[in-house]
Amino acid sequence: MQPFSGLALLRRGLSGQRGWTTQWRSPEPKAAYDALIVGGGGHGLGAAYYLAREHHLTNIAVLEKGWIGGGNTGRNTTIIRSNYLFDESAALYDHAVRLWEHLSQVLNYNVMFSQRGVMMLAHTVHDAQVFKRHVHANRVNGVDNEWLTPAEAKAFCPLLNIGNIRYPVLGAALQRRGGTARHDAVAWGYARAADALGVDIIENCEVTGIRRDAGGAVEGVETTRGTIRAPRIGVAASGHTSVIMKMAGIELPLESYPLQALVSEPVKPVFPCVVMSNTIHAYISQSDKGELVIGAGTDAYTSYTQRGGLHITSHALEAICELFPMFRRLRMLRNWGGIVDVTPDRSPIIARTPVPGLYVNCGWGTGGFKATPGSAHVFAWTIAHDEPHPINAPFTLERFRDGRLIDEAAAAAVAH
Amino acid sequence: MLLIDCPYCGERPELEFVYGGQAHVARPAQPAQVSAQQWADYLYRRDNTRGVHAERWRHTHGCGRFFNALRDTTTDHFLATYKVGEPPPTVAAPVPR
Repeated sequence: MQPFSGLALLRRGLSGQRGWTTQWRSPEPKAAYDALIVGGGGHGLGAAYYLAREHHLTNIAVLEKGWIGGGNTGRNTTIIRSNYLFDESAALYDHAVRLWEHLSQVLNYNVMFSQRGVMMLAHTVHDAQVFKRHVHANRVNGVDNEWLTPAEAKAFCPLLNIGNIRYPVLGAALQRRGGTARHDAVAWGYARAADALGVDIIENCEVTGIRRDAGGAVEGVETTRGTIRAPRIGVAASGHTSVIMKMAGIELPLESYPLQALVSEPVKPVFPCVVMSNTIHAYISQSDKGELVIGAGTDAYTSYTQRGGLHITSHALEAICELFPMFRRLRMLRNWGGIVDVTPDRSPIIARTPVPGLYVNCGWGTGGFKATPGSAHVFAWTIAHDEPHPINAPFTLERFRDGRLIDEAAAAAVAH
Repeated sequence: MLLIDCPYCGERPELEFVYGGQAHVARPAQPAQVSAQQWADYLYRRDNTRGVHAERWRHTHGCGRFFNALRDTTTDHFLATYKVGEPPPTVAAPVPR
């Protein structure tokens, strides 16, 4: 791996930017590996990286049906926070935030992690009560979160309209350690670091079947680029996880919905933080390129189309324009959709499955990006040890049978 | 926005409807008799079909009635709508993308 540094940049700059090498190889798939990861998004690439670096499993491959980071890793609104209500969730998401804080140095890749603060607006008495409960629960769990009055919220984000609007701002919960990161760089950084450790990243390779031996354990996959054998397979295929897992006869409590986002034309830096409003349903931040990155809600129906209805995005824009009147004359540059896999309790599943050698990391719903390093780290542990890391031990598939839900869905007024 | 053919009212915009999830999920007749896994399957497990999906819709801002639909989840193209209690109609192969 060619290390990146200020000196390297200067040296290449003086020699006409020649001599940069490709950041990861594009190998042909081998006939067999020690482990396979299905899904070349942040969670899958990260899992491969941690398998190689921390568990010394280097004869492994990541299979991606398109190009890496072309799914939800490249389609989300890049918000990172860990202010979840329940102990299990707070531990999982804060594990991720702690890894984010050093990720650029660890990967030698600038993922542009920016702890600019995530502010969640309360518009009703119920919101205010729920957010204050979150603030207290988070602080007990060592996760920073604080309650702001409307004036304090406006001081933190001066563009915010706390005046006479349909759903007035009654206050806000602020996590100062929250923020954003460059989503593409997360996929590329993990891919480059994993490749340097010997991991094969195989793009344009769609899994079409899962092979199992006489005892029922996995022994490999059928792909559009041939059969690849491996005794351990980790699936991190987000919205398409149901489709992959059915190939091994496993039915999951997942439904796949379109989730849309959009960006404005780029403007000079105007927006200092991340603002989320779950009640009137919009979230917004400004990318380092200058575009305002705006997230909408999910469409009502399950779908695999990677697009949704225009009324969903226009609803989000109405909310943005009311909260930030100065954006009313901004033009939107483009919008898109991603397919998110939603569990009944809105918490992920990171676990072994009833099929020996098959592991699944899914159900991140609308909020998987923030968890990327933590999710990848504990998923790699689970694959390497054939048992969950203490952090992901509660996030089993069996919790739905046993009634041990981690019910962030019922922890109202929180988008996921 | 989808255009949905309510079997009672005809084609109306999606905004008049509420999605009701997968159709033909039968509630166990004797919940106390089934295993925890069977009950969990009834509550939580869904086909999440990539392809032709049988699903419920309710024409909330119209006739107010539930009905079922067949929709291709790879295109969002509706293949048929039919009344509750009727079996899913046989439909031609989904329209290619």
